[in-house]
Amino acid sequence: MQHRLLNWFRYSSPATFYPLAGRIAQVSWLVAIVLIGVGLYMSFFVAPTDYKQGDGYRIIFVHVPASWMSMFLYLVMAGWSAIGLVFNTRLSHMMSQALAPTGAMFAFVSLWTGAFWGKPMWGTWWVWDARITSELILLFLYLGYMALLGAIDDRRRADRAGAILLLVGVINIPIIYFSVKWWNTLHQGATVKMSGETSMDETMLWTMLIMSVGFWAYSIATAMMRVRSIMLEREHDTQWVRNLIGAKA
Amino acid sequence: MFETLVSVIRRDVTVALRRRTDIFITLVFFVIVVSLFPLGIGPELETLRLIAPGVVWVGALLASMLALEQLFLADHRDGSLEQMLLAPQPLSLLVIGKVIAHWLITGLPLVVIAPLLGLQYALSGEALAVMIWSLLLGTPTLSLLGAIAAALTLGLRSGGVLVALLVLPLYIPVLIFGAGAVEATTSGLGGDAHLYMLGAILLLSILATPLATAAALRVSTE
Repeated sequence: MQHRLLNWFRYSSPATFYPLAGRIAQVSWLVAIVLIGVGLYMSFFVAPTDYKQGDGYRIIFVHVPASWMSMFLYLVMAGWSAIGLVFNTRLSHMMSQALAPTGAMFAFVSLWTGAFWGKPMWGTWWVWDARITSELILLFLYLGYMALLGAIDDRRRADRAGAILLLVGVINIPIIYFSVKWWNTLHQGATVKMSGETSMDETMLWTMLIMSVGFWAYSIATAMMRVRSIMLEREHDTQWVRNLIGAKA
Repeated sequence: MFETLVSVIRRDVTVALRRRTDIFITLVFFVIVVSLFPLGIGPELETLRLIAPGVVWVGALLASMLALEQLFLADHRDGSLEQMLLAPQPLSLLVIGKVIAHWLITGLPLVVIAPLLGLQYALSGEALAVMIWSLLLGTPTLSLLGAIAAALTLGLRSGGVLVALLVLPLYIPVLIFGAGAVEATTSGLGGDAHLYMLGAILLLSILATPLATAAALRVSTE
């Protein structure tokens, strides 16, 4: 047991994590490309046409996984921030920083695809509905986090300030997730449920799940690539970076 | 403990009363913003009555946000903030004191002047009363939440704009329920539910935000 614990902490140092992150990124890219490719093929050609919504519903195969990821990545960032604040580790904050742009991108994609879906289905690009508004707030929270990190020159202060902001903003996640239950506005309730029957065709469900896993892999891949750059940038005057660059040059 | 709280409040209010322009800037800003809307939209009373809750609330939100920068800045500059960090009393208690003082200086005048602005928008007496209640419950929450952002951005170059970016997303629920209370009253539904919600948000903020603000202050001043 002791041995395994030590192994985990081994990778909390940027020097040892750097090569591992590279390998994880490679594998994740492969998984992401394959799964998103398969998922897109299934969502366009295999999944049946919806009897009420026609072919327009197919955008949910991007919309729903993107919304899930936008919320989930925020939680992951908040988790890393909490770890970083409690254990005072450098790498955790780097992980939060690396995840932020991907999370913001997914929040934006979720809103954008939602608008494309809303136009033919609801007849409008945008509604001030509880869930849509809170997803927009989530996008603002991501942007605020990135702006705060950018505005503070001192890295240590930036990390910790960003972490506090993330933990304060985490209140918004349950609000988004349960908003369709709490406020009965235009956005429909969840079709995919953890418990009980999912009111959805099986092929559709599988397509959505494949896309979700693909988006997961994509998020991991981009985060790992970004965290590698951040590590090099922040640790540029350490010996391991010099060795790394020296070995390549 | 209670003495500490009172003395922090008394000190901040005294300091603010000796530099009265700061109070008036916030108040005048609020009045001007709210008065701009009829000029831009046109003087039809029906339209104005519809948008009044939202306009007054957005005005109050922006005004209290403008005042946030002052919250810790003077103490940070003259070093008294560091003494507060070192003080034996819990920092979150001192933070609550400073926030209460800040609200008395910048929030309370907004609440007092708001009915006058509501009259300009032809709101009924009942709606005005609900508006005062909603502002009374809502503006302290704004100060409490804003204190976190003020503490995080303490002493940064682009502090003012950054505060807006950080704090406005957190203000949105207060805005929705605050304006919603007045709106529900004018449409005959009754604003009680919204007011209860504002009260609940205020209680939660009192519990949670001083801790976050204290943590943020420690990060910003180390």
